[in-house]
Amino acid sequence: MAVASPDLHPPIVELIGIRKRFGPVVANDGVDLAVLRGEIHCLLGENGAGKSTLMKILYGLYPPDGGEIRVRGQKVHIRSPRDAMALGIGMVHQHFMLVDRLTVAENLIAGQEPVRNGLLDLRRARQAIREMADRYGLRVDPDARVQDLSVGEQQRVEILKALMRNVDILILDEPTAVLTPQEVDELFRVMLQLKADGKTLIFITHKLRETMAFSDRVTVLRNGRHVGTWRTADTSPEQLAEMMVGRQVTLRVARPHRLPGDVLLELDRVSAIDDRGQPRLRDVTLSVRSGEILGIAGVEGNGQLELEEVIAGLRPISSGRIRINGQEPRQPGPRGRRALGLAHIPSDRLRRGLAAPLPVTRNGILGRHWQPPFARRGVLREPAIRSHVGQLLAEFQIRGRLDAPASTLSGGNQQKLVVARELAHGPRVILACQPTRGVDVGAIEHIHSRLLEMRAAGAAILLISADLDELLALSDRLVVMYEGTIVAEGPADRFTRKELGLWMAGQRPDRAGSLAQAAPDRHPAPPKEGAAHA
Amino acid sequence: MLEGTGTSRAWLRELAVALVAIALALLAGALLLALAGYSVRDAYWSLFQGAFGNIYSLADTFLNAIPLMFTGLAVAFAFRGGLFNIGTEGQLYVAALATAITALAVPSWPPVLAIAAALAAGAAAGAAWGFVPGLLKARTGAHEVITTIMLNYVAILLTTHLVKTRFKAPGPVDQTALIPAAARLPELVPTTRLTWAIVIAVVLIALVDWILRRSAWGLDVELIGQNPSAAAYAGVPVTSRTACIMAASGAIAGLAGSTIVLGVLHRFITNFSPGYGFTGIAVALVARTRPWGVVPAALLFGALQAGGLSMQLFARIPADLLTAVQGLVILFVAAPGLVAIVRRRRRARTPAAHEAHEANETCVAHETRDAHEARDAHETREAHETRNAHEAHETVRKRGANR
Amino acid sequence: MSDAWEVIFQINTLTAALRLATPIALAAMAGTLSERAGVINIGLEGKLLAGAFAAVYVTYVTGAPWLGVLAAMAAGMLVGLLLGLFAIRLRADHVVAGVGINILLLGLTTWLLQVVWGGRGTSPAVTSLPRWSIPVLRDIPVVGELLGSHSPLVYFTLLAAPALWLVLFRTPAGLRVRLIGEHPEAADTVGIAVNRTQYLTLMAAGALAALGGAQLSLGDLAWFSQNMSAGRGYMALAANVFGQWNPVGSLLAALLFALTDAVQMRIQTLPNPWPAELVQMLPYLLTILVLSGAVRRSRPPAALGRHYPPDHGAGAL
Repeated sequence: MAVASPDLHPPIVELIGIRKRFGPVVANDGVDLAVLRGEIHCLLGENGAGKSTLMKILYGLYPPDGGEIRVRGQKVHIRSPRDAMALGIGMVHQHFMLVDRLTVAENLIAGQEPVRNGLLDLRRARQAIREMADRYGLRVDPDARVQDLSVGEQQRVEILKALMRNVDILILDEPTAVLTPQEVDELFRVMLQLKADGKTLIFITHKLRETMAFSDRVTVLRNGRHVGTWRTADTSPEQLAEMMVGRQVTLRVARPHRLPGDVLLELDRVSAIDDRGQPRLRDVTLSVRSGEILGIAGVEGNGQLELEEVIAGLRPISSGRIRINGQEPRQPGPRGRRALGLAHIPSDRLRRGLAAPLPVTRNGILGRHWQPPFARRGVLREPAIRSHVGQLLAEFQIRGRLDAPASTLSGGNQQKLVVARELAHGPRVILACQPTRGVDVGAIEHIHSRLLEMRAAGAAILLISADLDELLALSDRLVVMYEGTIVAEGPADRFTRKELGLWMAGQRPDRAGSLAQAAPDRHPAPPKEGAAHA
Repeated sequence: MLEGTGTSRAWLRELAVALVAIALALLAGALLLALAGYSVRDAYWSLFQGAFGNIYSLADTFLNAIPLMFTGLAVAFAFRGGLFNIGTEGQLYVAALATAITALAVPSWPPVLAIAAALAAGAAAGAAWGFVPGLLKARTGAHEVITTIMLNYVAILLTTHLVKTRFKAPGPVDQTALIPAAARLPELVPTTRLTWAIVIAVVLIALVDWILRRSAWGLDVELIGQNPSAAAYAGVPVTSRTACIMAASGAIAGLAGSTIVLGVLHRFITNFSPGYGFTGIAVALVARTRPWGVVPAALLFGALQAGGLSMQLFARIPADLLTAVQGLVILFVAAPGLVAIVRRRRRARTPAAHEAHEANETCVAHETRDAHEARDAHETREAHETRNAHEAHETVRKRGANR
Repeated sequence: MSDAWEVIFQINTLTAALRLATPIALAAMAGTLSERAGVINIGLEGKLLAGAFAAVYVTYVTGAPWLGVLAAMAAGMLVGLLLGLFAIRLRADHVVAGVGINILLLGLTTWLLQVVWGGRGTSPAVTSLPRWSIPVLRDIPVVGELLGSHSPLVYFTLLAAPALWLVLFRTPAGLRVRLIGEHPEAADTVGIAVNRTQYLTLMAAGALAALGGAQLSLGDLAWFSQNMSAGRGYMALAANVFGQWNPVGSLLAALLFALTDAVQMRIQTLPNPWPAELVQMLPYLLTILVLSGAVRRSRPPAALGRHYPPDHGAGAL
């Protein structure tokens, strides 16, 4: 518990014994944290460790159940973000707090609008934005609509929003999760500049590499508890990993070499449009063989969701062909695909993968609930359902009751339920989308090993993930998507992270051609929709 | 609000919600009575007498409850599929006229056949009246609350027009001729107007309950109601199911009109319904959208309706007060926050640890630990509470799916 | 047939349309306002009735229709507050709460009608709002006939639409309202009091819709009758969708609905009228048609119908 103290600066923020409970879940259990003035302090922990909760308490979004907050040595009560801002605390949220439909300027001035004659003074707003943007090299167009910005640009707007409120303590919640490696570098440059400018930065992450790369000190949280605080220079990634998880973790999965078999999933020049009629997929051609994992890399919002939906039968294709297990689905929609042996782990379990208020028994048979053995002549067969779903729970070590609503399961167990359900019927083709998003390390390990088992059993797996580490660990081959087209493809071990990052940003690495191949034809960029989580 | 299957404790909690809502609404009604200078005691006493005072008033209560069982069941069923059918009034009008016309058209058929044909015609008309907004909702996203209420007005105007121009019996009143005796529903209890309609209602309730709990089709309905995106993902044909759910709901509501024609009025009279459709909304919500809950809820509102008449006659208090009370019941029963407040108060007085487990079930903060998880939980709660609202605009949903 | 068209589309019909559009337009703008703040406002029908009744009652008691108009606004604000209480504080489903409010107000106004005046159908006649005749305007040919002489609330409506547009899209308050309707978390994190703003917006919307009610009872007629809104609140909501959540669009859509209403009234005065009931259906059918056509292309506020947790932020009333 020793806090490294020989620093010259006094603590600017002290959290003492913070407690917070959500229903039965203890999110923060007496957490202490001291952040020194002018440092970059990493808050490290795996999903569910209580990092975001702690920072949302500091930002006034959640009232703590107990504990004390001191800012600049003074005890304070932060009841709302307004209070936090008054204390000079700002926060860049993981899910951007931006409105797609409004302009950058409107987003930036809301809450402290410049006024002239009772009306919004946008001229003054633009000027203030440009000044602040120039100072930190955060280029944005004040009159652009947020929906037209890339994810990286949106993050710049988020940072500007905090800066324009004159904060000197800036919390960044998992800021790198959605960025390309190059964008991450750019973010770190901005953060260092902010530090040089005297600002204090608190940086939430679960990525060791980033922690080691540039934080001054690091605090590890686990299960809502404070594990320890160290100077980053005094620790190692292995130590931190063990602190995070509470046991030794193997950071790499074993992926035995395997010769791929027949092509089981084939897309031939597939195009699709989104709900607003904008083209989102353009002539995508790819194939996945038996025993192979093909990873799809790309910044979110570059057509991955449409690709998922098109393969799953949830979005019509405007041209092209899809073959699953050698056949074109005769029946439109998900039923026809399932009949051909497709399993689909959807990218958003709560939007799509589960009907959370319904019991686990019903969620465990979703997608096959009308057919034997679960139903006969339209009548549900309860004994068959219960024994099947009971088996799923046992096999995947899912903690939950059969008759409880799926919403009562933890995120990790919900995801395991979805994966268990989808892998239960010996699928030939598996569409695995963000299969481990937002789940704890135990569940990640479990899901990864299950996917590799299926690979070994000869399934063809298409893996769509925003997590580069996951893609690099699991995939045999990778393709990179940019603005709805495939811009690069090749064996996974031929890509470096840096190259991947450039491809993902729509650039062409200088020496890439020889190793990973650039996809043959590229198209002019379609209008881009922002991926802000509105 | 519209939970699927649940544990017995969840069931008890919902019963408590319904009772609290009714009590609060009656209390507010008392306040209105007092403000208007009436004696609350006299008013509610004559209400009670009119509903339960003697065998005749009890029969009246049952008589009023029967159409409410149909409309309540219709609204509840649509709710389970995530649809808010406030068009039961229109559906029962078109059904009632279709039933009357059919009954008049088959004077020589044997009773069972004539009744079956007349009921089928009514159900079909009601189904058609429900199908249209269902299809529009599924295809275009036009909110069913607006389209069904517009169709209520259209139904009343259309039936009036048809009676006036085509089916009017001689006389000053716009009504059809009396239907033949063979097509009338037989009395269940002699000398009351309690007919076999109540049996039809109860059988229908049992059927709907079974469908929702035990059939694959019923699971489709629940899926669409709880999470239309998950339903689509699971391969449920959401568009056609949505239209079917509304059609089924319309058919059930239609039977309210049909059984009134065959069992009570024995003819179609324009503007005959005292608002069975709207009361059905209150019935469905008090029943917490559970089919069997519709029986006690319909009896309760049947009692209010029967009692209201006696209140008007004997205490000289206009019965429309009870419409206002109905509105209040809907508001109170639909307000989960009300329960949360009551529970929070109670919890303040009991050891906190004791309640920790239950807290999860209330709609107050139900959030888990970290960013992802907290978001997930937020979405659970959101999906749980505002599903209808989300559904309100298909485009929101579609756009969301695009994220 | 061509004769019929001439009769239907004479200037009188258009003038009548303007008059008839006023309640729908005011309610539609109220819908725009509250839905921009993220609250679905099915309760417009109830607000129309509340406004219509309050206006007549207070005019009946005081003899001053302007006091009636004020009373209508107060009643509308009260109903708006009630919707806020249930939809925001008590976290009821917005649509269910709105329908509950409509049934409550239908019952309440009908009951009060009988309690106060005895009869069930209509109230006694009271002093109606004056007709204003605008000096310069009335002398312009055609336009003068169209706009020259109306209830003050008609002119108010014509001015309110652009004014409301200005407020929503060009002022800080409007920006905040829109931010809340799109992304309440974002509003909260920049220090905007989400729920308090929603309450205020709902009250303003209530007042606006109730003015529509006052126009129904004191502007068009001079009495209150049972369920006199006759579905206009729901039409207003459809007009709001058709008008793309824009006050000016709402006004134009309301004019379209009202024109149909004016035409159906005119048709009934023709020498060989079509059956009254069939003609009366026109506005209702048009509403269904317009809504079905409009929704697919529309983009409602992203957070419409969502609750924002009142556990934090300055929300508790």
